[in-house]
Amino acid sequence: MTKSFTRVERPTPPGPLSNALTFGWRAVLKFKHVPEQLFDLVMTPIMFTLLFTFVFGGALAGSTGNYLQYLLPGILVQTVLFNAVYSGMGLSTDLSKGLFDRFRSLPIWSLAPFAGLIVGDFLRHLIAGGIILGIGLALGYRADSGLIGVVGAFLVLLAVGFGFGWCFIVLGLLVRTPTTVMTLGFTVLFPLVFASNVMVDPATMPGWLEAFVRANPVTWIVTAVRGLMDGTVTAGAVGLALLAPAVLALILMPLSLRLYRRS
Amino acid sequence: MAVAARGLSKSFGHLKAVDGIDLDVPEGEIFAILGPNGAGKTTLMRMLATLIVPDGGTATILGRDLAQDPAGVRSQIALTGQFASLDEDLTGRENLILLARLWGFSRAGSKARAAELLDAFDLADAATRQVKDYSGGMRRRLDIAASLIVTPGVLFLDEPTTGLDPTARQKVWRLIRQLAESGVTILLTTQYLEEADQLARRIAVIDHGRKIAEGTSRELKAEVGAGFLSVALADPSRLDAAAALLADSLGHEVNRNAEDTHLSVMVDTPAAANAALSALIEAGFEVTDFEMGAPSLEEVFFALTGRPADDTEGDAP
Repeated sequence: MTKSFTRVERPTPPGPLSNALTFGWRAVLKFKHVPEQLFDLVMTPIMFTLLFTFVFGGALAGSTGNYLQYLLPGILVQTVLFNAVYSGMGLSTDLSKGLFDRFRSLPIWSLAPFAGLIVGDFLRHLIAGGIILGIGLALGYRADSGLIGVVGAFLVLLAVGFGFGWCFIVLGLLVRTPTTVMTLGFTVLFPLVFASNVMVDPATMPGWLEAFVRANPVTWIVTAVRGLMDGTVTAGAVGLALLAPAVLALILMPLSLRLYRRS
Repeated sequence: MAVAARGLSKSFGHLKAVDGIDLDVPEGEIFAILGPNGAGKTTLMRMLATLIVPDGGTATILGRDLAQDPAGVRSQIALTGQFASLDEDLTGRENLILLARLWGFSRAGSKARAAELLDAFDLADAATRQVKDYSGGMRRRLDIAASLIVTPGVLFLDEPTTGLDPTARQKVWRLIRQLAESGVTILLTTQYLEEADQLARRIAVIDHGRKIAEGTSRELKAEVGAGFLSVALADPSRLDAAAALLADSLGHEVNRNAEDTHLSVMVDTPAAANAALSALIEAGFEVTDFEMGAPSLEEVFFALTGRPADDTEGDAP
């Protein structure tokens, strides 16, 4: 090593958007270097789709085709919600490895690392959602509303991923062990996803449970996504679906920032 | 002063990790914070790097106040933490480009800067490998390179060679010296006395969150005293008389070496050694050679804390 070090001055500080996009680029590189992560993301929803359609489909809806038509939009919502947990795990991993110490000691927009996480999440949601939809189409699912309805449904899914994503960012900031983030995340999500209209119409459930299901934000989201894809959606249903993500984002974004600055 | 801290304190629960530390690091110097595990070194450094808000005290980094202007501080510093703060999934090159982009380099500028640093740190061959496949020494070098995208005013290095083999350690030491020569102020923590002695102009010894001594390696050794004074006389037949005089002056037993050429005696302070030498000369002894054997930093730490440096008592964050 004979090189000397010449002084390098700081270029013009970049804007927040540039910082956020750089973190987004990191998320894309992760897909390049760790393509296995996609396997984790889509295996569970693929198994759910296949098992529920072919094992329960006939009994639940008369035919597997009818049931797939009902189930697929719900599985898309489930996929996005479960994906959000992985994002919190990723954050927790970064924090436990000291990578964020470096980011936090840089003179950059302090929310930029989160913006990067969200860009990564959006990519994950789109890729996983696309794969599930592709499998659904191959199995005979048809979106009656056509392309526009599907695009609308995916926009709602991204909003849901964004809102719920903050839950797991907060969890990732609070809990420094990635496996604990996963356990806690799924402990909350499993009852919310199952006690909803993802798999079955709540009309046949006992009254107390039906009341819970109807008040469950996951149900509102699934109703809107299903409606968008079937072409039976109402503006009210979409508004209701966006309520929970909006409230979560409003409360949890400032909280995340405070936790991040404090930690 | 590159770093000026007054009364910095931080507690975690009832544990006082850092308990009122003052620090003055002159610009362009290598300054070492020496202490055993759990002494509070990392907490102190993380406060100075704006990662932890102090409970008490103030500090400025190159004139920017830690509490008033944390963003200003961040624009002047770089931190290489104890655990490699790199993205293990990315390649070495991508890690550097990522940081260069965050600093505001253009796409082309980032690539050029990454290439320069990889070259300067002997990592060009490993540039396109994922960091998880790097050896400990390579990781550490990349981690330091990542702190130099923009030349920092002050570079914080938290235990830069912990866990490295001797060859890798020598390489990192050489890098640190080159950096200091190029004008970067370096504040490093270490639990290796040899490392502080080798690299740093000044050393602060901390233990249980408090600074227990500070100075150059030589000053610290002198402060502790307990070196050995060795004296040779022109006339060996007068050794017995000289020994009696030294014993009287210094209050310690005087040894003659096996060849009957030198006397050696423990001294408490350099001043006492001076006085003893003067007394010899005034009494008409012709001193042909004398040497003050300084104690090692191990002895220094033992004398300051009453326990060996590697005696760890629990781990503070």
